[in-house]
Amino acid sequence: MSVNLLEPAKAALLIFVAAILQVTIFSQIDILGGYPDVVLLTLMAIALLRGSIYGAALGFFAGLLVDTANLGTLGVTSLLLTIAGYWIGRYGETTGRDRLHAPFVSVAVATVLVQLGALILHYMLGDDVSARTVLLDTLPSKVFLNLLLTLPVYALVRRLLAVGAPVETATEVRLLG
Amino acid sequence: MLLSLILITVYFREPAGGGLHSVQGTGATVLRPFEVGANRVAAPFRDAYGWFAGLIHAKSENAKLRREVDQLRAAAILNANAAQQNSDLRAQLHYIGLPRFPQDYNPVPTDVISRPASEFEQQIGIAAGSSSGIRVNDPVVTSDGLVGKISAVAPHTAQVTLLTDPNLNVSAQDAKTQATGLVSHGEGPGTLTLSRVQKSSVLREGDPIVTQGWKVKGYSSIYPYGIPIGTVSGATNSEVDLYWNAQVSPFVHFDSLQSVLVLVPKTRNRP
Repeated sequence: MSVNLLEPAKAALLIFVAAILQVTIFSQIDILGGYPDVVLLTLMAIALLRGSIYGAALGFFAGLLVDTANLGTLGVTSLLLTIAGYWIGRYGETTGRDRLHAPFVSVAVATVLVQLGALILHYMLGDDVSARTVLLDTLPSKVFLNLLLTLPVYALVRRLLAVGAPVETATEVRLLG
Repeated sequence: MLLSLILITVYFREPAGGGLHSVQGTGATVLRPFEVGANRVAAPFRDAYGWFAGLIHAKSENAKLRREVDQLRAAAILNANAAQQNSDLRAQLHYIGLPRFPQDYNPVPTDVISRPASEFEQQIGIAAGSSSGIRVNDPVVTSDGLVGKISAVAPHTAQVTLLTDPNLNVSAQDAKTQATGLVSHGEGPGTLTLSRVQKSSVLREGDPIVTQGWKVKGYSSIYPYGIPIGTVSGATNSEVDLYWNAQVSPFVHFDSLQSVLVLVPKTRNRP
């Protein structure tokens, strides 16, 4: 029972740390007009390793944290990250499982779709948004920076969630019949 | 997903003092120590990066700054005389004016604890809130100039909408020629535009742009007169346009704000 609770708690703690780091430090790093999104990267790693339910639930939690810390419109980031977390989780559960390129494909696609979704959502909420700034000026560098950080973040999350620990293997084979 | 949509709908429709806003304010207060802690841990690394980055431009900047110091020293002497004369004349006339910056305001110095989480947001979080006397629409400045205004307040934290936000317009004027217009976000990141300047007015490159601080029929600008915004860096003059549109280089570096001052009017009582 305690093991079952420990795992979501560890994942939630990782998301919490990522959200705090994102709003305080990473959103200030301006490289080629964009900055990395460590919340999305952490969410991608957890969703790929733990599945769609984890992805959706932690995506919602991450969005809520980011919107609360920034006093932004509650639910906007949650909606985007819930969908992103669920999609990455489903991808991990089906075609992406154990494939080396899965984290990179997930990050590239999720970054583009989250940006596009955010643009549409903000437009629908009546915010004055510039599609050129978001899609042309910042998106390419954001995708590049996210891809650059994919491997270290994925490896770190994998290690912290202790995935891939040696399982107990069979020591003896008995032939029946 | 449904929960997110409900949150967006309720948050969007309720007033600023509504239930979700209050819960969010409490949440932001809870997160504040973590944000302050993360900022403190990152500060030495940020300073080190800034120091090395500054070294690269130091030599070329040195000569330019020396020239500027010479010009400004001469201007400062003239300004000091003019200010003294202005003060004397105001006293003699018993002149009643608008609130003046900075003498009619109590500055609340505070740390910046969060930055825009995405390109869609031009807001930052600060470590002071309503418990320090801060209210929505209070002007926010640094020693360089105008940063923006307070757009949301929680007890121990507040949200500042930057001047680069597309929804923020500030009435401003050319400090030399008195040409008036509206300062809003520019085309590129971190740039500003001065629009709606009458074609009969004069704008010169390098002119300082400051807040206008108007008052009409009981309504007044939330920004007092004279907060520096930037300098005119260029202007477009199309025959079909009714107004001048000028590019303004802001004095404030919006992407590297570490601390700000919130201007709380002296006439306001603290809670």
